[in-house]
Amino acid sequence: MRDSSRAFGDNDSGSNGTISTDSDSINTRPIRFRGGGFKPTSNRWAGFIVFALLIALAEWGTRTGWISPLTLPKPSDVVQTFVELFESGLLFKHVVPSLTRLLMGSLIGVSIGIVVGVAIGLFSHVRSGLVPLVAAIFPIPKIALLPLFVIWFGIDEGSKYALIAFGTFTPTVVATYGAVDNVDRTLIRMGQSFGLSWFSIVRKIVLPGALPGILSGLRISLAIAIILLVAAEMLGAEYGIGAYILEAGSLYDLERLFAGVVILSLLGVCVSFVIGVLERRMLAWRV
Amino acid sequence: MDIRLENISHSYDSVEVMRDLSLTIRSGEIVCIVGPSGCGKSTLLRFIGGLEQPASGRVLQIGVPPEDSLNPLTYVFQDFALLPWRTVEGNISLVLEDHKLSKQRVSEIIDDVLHRTKLADFAKALPKQLSGGMKQRVAIARAMAVNPAVMLMDEPLSALDSQTRELLIDDLVSLWVREPFTAVYVTHNLSEAVRLGHRIVVLSRRPGQIRDIVEIDVPLAERAAGQSAIEAQQNKLWELLRDEARAADSELIDA
Ligand SMILES: Nc1ncnc2c1ncn2[C@@H]1O[C@H](COP(=O)(O)OP(=O)(O)O)[C@@H](O)[C@H]1O
Ligand SMILES: [Mg+2]
Repeated sequence: MRDSSRAFGDNDSGSNGTISTDSDSINTRPIRFRGGGFKPTSNRWAGFIVFALLIALAEWGTRTGWISPLTLPKPSDVVQTFVELFESGLLFKHVVPSLTRLLMGSLIGVSIGIVVGVAIGLFSHVRSGLVPLVAAIFPIPKIALLPLFVIWFGIDEGSKYALIAFGTFTPTVVATYGAVDNVDRTLIRMGQSFGLSWFSIVRKIVLPGALPGILSGLRISLAIAIILLVAAEMLGAEYGIGAYILEAGSLYDLERLFAGVVILSLLGVCVSFVIGVLERRMLAWRV
Repeated sequence: MDIRLENISHSYDSVEVMRDLSLTIRSGEIVCIVGPSGCGKSTLLRFIGGLEQPASGRVLQIGVPPEDSLNPLTYVFQDFALLPWRTVEGNISLVLEDHKLSKQRVSEIIDDVLHRTKLADFAKALPKQLSGGMKQRVAIARAMAVNPAVMLMDEPLSALDSQTRELLIDDLVSLWVREPFTAVYVTHNLSEAVRLGHRIVVLSRRPGQIRDIVEIDVPLAERAAGQSAIEAQQNKLWELLRDEARAADSELIDA
């Protein structure tokens, strides 16, 4: 007993020494870390830096003549055009009708889309009746239908609202009924087991549960809405960002063309920002 | 209010899951149901709660539930089933909102059940902020809020680690001692069964039939883990179950 305990103590101090020498030997090395990556984090400055670098490159290229002015306008000239557009008040003359069309059209399309999507998610009859129809109209390029809409809804705002509404409707429907399908069934079972009314289950369990999916569908729908907005305005509008770009393009006025494109990009960024805020506000409960 | 099951049999397609099962659940007792996995315990509980109907046989309610019972047959689920977008009190008020109670009455009930489950400080917390044990406490509080005549608990502690489980068993015992409730408690964990059950129903493998009903006379408050009388009961249950469990286990591989 005594012996063994002493031997143990000896061994202990001895092995301590060995460990420290071992760590220098070739057979001892730290375990290689292999758990990194696949975990993108967002850095809001990186985006700005990429933009700034590209613009600086374009500016430098056009100034030195390395990029010919026929292929790309000087970014500073585009800014100049933009300032003129703002000062002449023309900016608002173009942006306000565009925003109105975007808002009205997508409001109609998205709200009908959510109602139809929820109905498809809840009722078997609606599902069997409408899913094939939605699948059939989803891939139609809606722009191709613009002449039809002009006949149906008139050359004015009506046809533009209809085009945007139609274009946002299908992706919203698909996203919504997918989201309703994905609502946790055990939560619905729970609602039933507590005797909640059908209406309460839909309003308090199904709709909030489907909200994340509906909002991410909204991102796609609104991007499509901006594309369709420009297309509709190119085909017949006096004022509007699309009309402005079309006019600049037909005159090969690259500065104005790019000013118009910049407005569209800004619009896209704003929409994405607003949805981001909505998500943070309404989905704070997510893990 | 008692519950009586009469000659329940059921099949899913060609799979017979239950055969001629009869059982009475008396008011004020906790009946534990144990059995190998897949023997139909959850199905039985769904029959009792009216979420599903057996192919033959009847589930009867004997007597009337108490006047103030808002939802006589109330579940506690294994995975808690809390709405993640509602706070603790929001989850409890969810099950009261359809009952035309005054605002004051609702907040009284919520306060009461939160106190009984020691959750008073967490009324405003979201489920994502709570540990598993806390979440199940919320689910138990929610079940008590509707003042059930019978609580139907489907493996309520199975998603929790064993320490948390011990704590929650103690909580359930003290809840019962303070105010006896009726419960059907499904579990695959025999130590839970011997701690909480007045009677323990042992089911055979599929098709589920009653193999035995074990009565434990020791009052709930006097039972403790590791107590010899309780250990002995647990061993007896395991003897009953071992062969069924082994057979059921190899059955699953065939399927
Ligand atoms: N809705 C269902 N449709 C078809 N088979 C089912 C259904 N629910 C359960 N089963 C089958 O019935 C048997 C009993 O299931 P369950 O009651 O969940 O068992 P336990 O809870 O005892 O593990 C299992 O074999 C399961 O596969
Ligand atoms: Mg089960």
